[in-house]
Order: sequence, then C-alpha cells, then structure tokens
Amino acid sequence: MAKEGVQAETPSARELSLLERLPTRRIILTVLTVAIAVVVGGGIYKTLTLPAAERLGWSFWANLLVIGLALGAVYALIALGYTLVYGILRMINFAHGEVFMAGAFGSYFFAAAYAESGFLNAHPWAALGILFLVGMGVSTGIAVLLERVCYRPLRNAPRLVPLITAIGASLLLQNSFQGFFGSQTRGYPRPSLLDGTIQVGQVSFDKIDPVVIATAIIVMVALQIFVQRTKTGKSMRAVAQDREIASLMGIDVDRVVVTTFILGGMLAGIAGVLYALTFGQVGATMGFLPGIAAFTAAVLGGIGSVPGAAIGGLILGVAESVGPYLLLSGVHVPSPFELRGVITFSILVLVLIFRPGGILGTGEAEKV
Amino acid sequence: MKRRSLLAAVAVLGAMALVASACSNDESSSAGSTGSSGATGAADCNTEPGCVTVAEGEPIQIGTLLSISGDTKNLGLDSQYGAALAVDYLDGTFDATPGQILGHDVEMVNEDDGCSADGGQKGATTLAANPQIVAVIGTSCSSASLGVADKILSEKGIVTISPSATNPALTTAGTHQPYYFRTAHNDRIQAAVVSDFAVEKLSATTGATIHDESPYTQGLTDGFKANFEANGGSVTSEDAINSADKDFKPLLTKIAQNAPNVIYAPDFNPACALIAKQKATTSGLENTTLLGSDGCSDASYTDIAGSSADGVYLSGPDLTAFSGGDFYQNDFLPAYNEQYGTEPLSVFHAHAFDAMNVLVKAIESSAVENDDGSLTINRVALRDAVQNTTGYEGIIGTISCTPDGDCATSVTIGVYKVPDVGFLNPDAKPVFTETKTLDEVA
Repeated sequence: MAKEGVQAETPSARELSLLERLPTRRIILTVLTVAIAVVVGGGIYKTLTLPAAERLGWSFWANLLVIGLALGAVYALIALGYTLVYGILRMINFAHGEVFMAGAFGSYFFAAAYAESGFLNAHPWAALGILFLVGMGVSTGIAVLLERVCYRPLRNAPRLVPLITAIGASLLLQNSFQGFFGSQTRGYPRPSLLDGTIQVGQVSFDKIDPVVIATAIIVMVALQIFVQRTKTGKSMRAVAQDREIASLMGIDVDRVVVTTFILGGMLAGIAGVLYALTFGQVGATMGFLPGIAAFTAAVLGGIGSVPGAAIGGLILGVAESVGPYLLLSGVHVPSPFELRGVITFSILVLVLIFRPGGILGTGEAEKV
Repeated sequence: MKRRSLLAAVAVLGAMALVASACSNDESSSAGSTGSSGATGAADCNTEPGCVTVAEGEPIQIGTLLSISGDTKNLGLDSQYGAALAVDYLDGTFDATPGQILGHDVEMVNEDDGCSADGGQKGATTLAANPQIVAVIGTSCSSASLGVADKILSEKGIVTISPSATNPALTTAGTHQPYYFRTAHNDRIQAAVVSDFAVEKLSATTGATIHDESPYTQGLTDGFKANFEANGGSVTSEDAINSADKDFKPLLTKIAQNAPNVIYAPDFNPACALIAKQKATTSGLENTTLLGSDGCSDASYTDIAGSSADGVYLSGPDLTAFSGGDFYQNDFLPAYNEQYGTEPLSVFHAHAFDAMNVLVKAIESSAVENDDGSLTINRVALRDAVQNTTGYEGIIGTISCTPDGDCATSVTIGVYKVPDVGFLNPDAKPVFTETKTLDEVA
C-alpha cells in the first residue's frame, strides 16, 4: 500500500501518479546498500589482489585480528554497562565512559605506587588483583552515585530528560577529574609478567592481548550466568521486560536498578584497568572515545541484549583495527590508519539506518 | 501566517547583521595590517599600530603565550620559567626579585596557547585586547602560531618572540608575519641533522615517518624526507596519526611489513611515548630504531614510555653547545632549580631567557623616556629594534635577527639517546651533534 500522497478520499476515486507510488524509502535504502557493498567489497578485493610485492601477508592480518579482538573485548565490557542500563531503564547512560575512566584513574594511583616500590613486579598477581579491585570499586562508586543523584529523581521523566542529564554528568565527571588531578596524561605501569610478546608460528602478539581477551570472556560468561541463573538476574530480566508489573510482583525496582548500575560499574572498572594495562596511560579525557565506541558496539549488537553487546564489541574492535587496512590499502589511500574513526561511526550510522535494533535485536526502531 | 512572516523577517535581519559584522571585521583588520607592514621608518603614535605609554610607577606588561596546561605543559612551563628568570636577572642577580626596565617594573601576563590553533587564537585574542601589552613571548607550539597567534598579534603590532615554535613556514616569505620573531631553531635545520644522523651514524637506507597533521610534525617529516632522499635513502611509508590516539599497534604492524631501518616519529607527548611503548612489542620492528624530536623531549615521555624509551634517539637543541656555557651551568641552572624546585622540564628554557633579553634590550633602545616619568614605546620602533639585533651574545649563542624572523641562524642540534637526555639529566651529552646555518639546508 503506497502511503505517500494518499489523500483522504477513497483510493479508487483518484489515480496515484507514478511518482507518488514509488516506495522512495525502499529505493534509497537499496541504493545505499548497493553503494556500500560496492565500496566495501571493492576495497577488500583490491587489497587482497595487490601485486605480490605490496601484498600484506596473512601473519599481518592475524596480528591485526588479535589486536582488534583485544580492543573489542574492552569495548564489549563497557558496552555491557550500556546495554544493562538500557534494558532496565530504557536510557542511554552517556556518563558510562567516565565510569570507565574513573576505574582506570583510581587504580592508577595504586599502580604507580606499586611500580615505584617494586611490589608490582615482585608479586604481580597480588598487585593486579588489588588493582582490579580498586578499579572496580571506584567505578562502582561513581556509577551508584550517578544513579542515586542524577537518574533516580528522573525515573518517571520523559525519556529525553535523563539522556541530557547523562551527557551533563559525563562532562561534569571529566572536568572534575581534570580539576582535581590535572589534565595531562599519565603513564600506567605494566608488570613485567605481562610485558613482551608471544610467538605462535609466524605470528607474534603482545602478551597482554590474549590476557585481555581471556579476562573479558570469563567476565562476560560469568555475567551471563548471573543474569540467567540467579534470582537477582531473574528480577533484572523481569524489570527489563515490564517495570510496573515487576514491581506489582513484589520486586524492589530501586534495588534492581542499583544492582544493574553496580554490575555495569564493575564491568567498566575491569575494562578500565585492562585498557590502562594495554595502552599504558590514563587521563581525565580517556573515557570519551571508548565510551562512544562502546555505545556503538552496544547498538550494533542490539541494545538491551547481553550477548549482543559482547558480539557488537568484538565486531567493532576488529572492524576498527583491521578495517582501515582491509578496505583502503588496495586503493592506495595514504595513511588509512587515520580513518579508523570514520569506519567506527559509519557503522553506527548504517546500523541505525538499516537495522536499528542491532544484530540480535528485533529489527524495529524504537523512538526515544 | 502573520507569525510566520514576522519570523522570516527577523531571520533575514539576523542574517544581514551577521554578514555586515563579518564584512566590517575584514575591512578593519586589513587596514591594520597594511598600515603596520608599510611603515618601517619612524612612525608616530597616531598611526597604526601606535604606541604604548607606561605611566610613572606602572609596570611594563609583557605577555607570555605558552602551553602551560595539558599534555604539553612541561614544554610551556619550562619556557615560562626561562622568561621569568630573565626578568629576575634584570637586576643582575638571580634573587627571585624581578628587576626593572628603565625604572619600570615588569609584569608578566601569562596565557595558555594549548599547543593548538584553538588555544593560540584564544590566548592571542586575550593578549591583543589588552592595549598595555608591549610584547609577547610565545607561542610554544607551531600549531598555535601559524596563521593564528602570529597573525592576531602582528595585526595589533605586538612584537612576538617564540622560544620553541620551530616550523619553517613561520619564517618563510608569504606566511611570515612582520612582528613575529623566534629564538627557536628553524626545523629545516633539525630535520636535516636527524637525517644526517640516520645516514651517517645508523647507516640507515630505509625509513618510515609518522606525523600528526600539525605544522611542527609535518615540517619535520617533510624536511627529513627531503634530506634523507637527497642522501640516497628511501622513505618506505609516510603515515599520519591523530595526537589523541592511544592505539598505534595496527599502524606499527603495518610499518613492520616493510621493516625500515628507522622510524621518524617527531610527535608530541603522549603519542610519541605510546609509539615507543607499542613499538617495543611489535614484531618485525626489533631492528628498527626509533627517532623523535624536541616535541617528545619533556618529563612525561619517560613517565609514560617507561623502559621502552631506552634506546630511542631524540633530537633537540644541543644544550652542551651553548656558548653561554659557564653562565648557563653555574648561574642559570642552579637558579632554575632553586626557584622552581625541579630540574629543567624541557629544553627551551634558555631560548626563552634569551628571547626575553632580546626584547628587553630592544625596549631599552627604542623607548622614549618622557619628562613626567612615563615611558612611550613605539611599536614599530620596537619591532625594528628587535629586527636589528645583531651579535647579541645569549646563552644559546650569538643572536642576530633577520627580517624573516629567524634570530637563531646558526644552530647546533644534538641527537641524544634516552636516557641520557636533557630533560632527565642536565649534563646529558649528545651522541651526535651538527651545526648548520639556514643557507645550508634544503
């Protein structure tokens, strides 16, 4: 049924012109799909068929893949925070990037002290354990504070209001950290246990990358078990499904919301320490870009879905690392590395155009 | 209907107002610049850019526009301290009490250049709006100067002397602003020396460059490429990064495909520290040497890069070749240490010291002392006095300014090996040093 141009008269009383009958939205989408397929497919084809002297070996791609998975694992952990909060409150917690930053920053002070005293290398496991605990603690603290002060009073406000509040909270946290601790970047020490490379056949990667991937997978599996198998998890899923009925069933909605933020905070804290260990630095503004990237990952995987966030994060990490070289080396774009951000946010835009519900979502748009 | 046409009318009026204000700004600024660049003789106080009158008992206000916050704050603070020490030394001793110029105190007005075009514009506009600012020591970074601070300050006739902005375009005909000078070296020289080091000492035949789109880094990588190729080397890849990036592993992995002998990454902190750290664990780059420049040369480099910084070569002004050596070692450095409680944070403090002194000498020679105890400083005369500085013996060497703005024409650049570098060890010795003049380089 052509919706465009239909007047209030009965359809049979008026012939619709050709222009009015065209399904314009579908045409635009089709053209866009074809264009993207051509660009992406063409780019990949050209890269893989470069002359032998210029061609990039498979060990190169394997290396990039591992790097991308490690980055994706961090994104996945942060994205889980976004997706959990969205599932419960139908709200995007834009300040989650700062929760991540707070965990990394908090653990930095301990890490720097341990590195100086030598504790970091003498007892690396104990030191790392403490760093993770501190990171998780600080992140969780900030997350709970956010929920209590910024989001709970707005629980029943129109959806746009907490969204804008979240953006404001994000800026507040960034600038507070800058004000208290200074805006310069600080080096984050890494225990020598995690330094160095591993050689697997022809490919060698940073030791830290597989560690990050493994840690993230363990944490995500633990989270999935928690959400699916425990009573609290069941309450969370109930509140996510329908908040009012859940409270009528006797579920303490406030407590469930706080639990969700705690979980999200813990995950972000772990992600923060992992990120700091991988990239070796922390700063007051470090949460901004990973926060947006993780949000993209959550949307890509299907916001509101836990496995979706995990998948979205991994895909996005790999796309960011491998994508620029895969798509642009063949057409000799100089310095494809600079265009990583283009790929990340193009994915966001395209997901929102074609499948706003994400990979594991329902395929329908939901308006705020 | 009525509301819509009223709204439309208001919108049109608003648009016209915007256009009118934009056009009028252009006119006044272009009139100002032609006025100041045209008059080189003795101009009086009624023609643009006019004079500064410092009443009796009032201080002479000298601005500084340096990167004193953020990731590059060591670079800016280091220069600010150098300039402040020059003001202190006006009375002949380093005693933490500022001296005077022609019987007037000196007041330093410190602004932040943010090491970016944005920051340069903000800071320069603030300083230019103050009619009592006689001159400015700044900017720290080329990105804050080029086309931004140098233009804004020149249009107001404010003499600007930079201690560390090294981009060649700042003193090239066509982009040079008439009131802009620098005691910093010209990067054409630095890039040439690094290239010579790579070819002669490291026997490098292949290299890769990484810049971050800023004028400083691009000037260096372009200069390196020109000199390297002129000496028979070949540049395998030229890449760009964003200075806010944290993850360089894909880029380094890609560079490793060509296994160049050297990677020249003359970027700022924290990017260059992260490159050093991530290069250490990128397979394929074990035999590749990393080279950097003075953008990396501040305390945060080793702080972030840790032990992976060892073995990296950083170029910069050769502190041991300062001809003011004795004064530098025995008087300046101890005073720096005592007044600021730290070893020098970067490597441009002496350049800032000399810049301030050149300025003071120019003020002393061009200012007119009036009968009522006030001082009249003619901006054009001040600019000419700075430009005519010849044979001034500063810490960094003999300073002779040229109409193009370069005051340090014969420059000694040293290449240091971390950890034996100037910002960690004031007695650091370069592993390679070369003196070049501007005419000798590409």
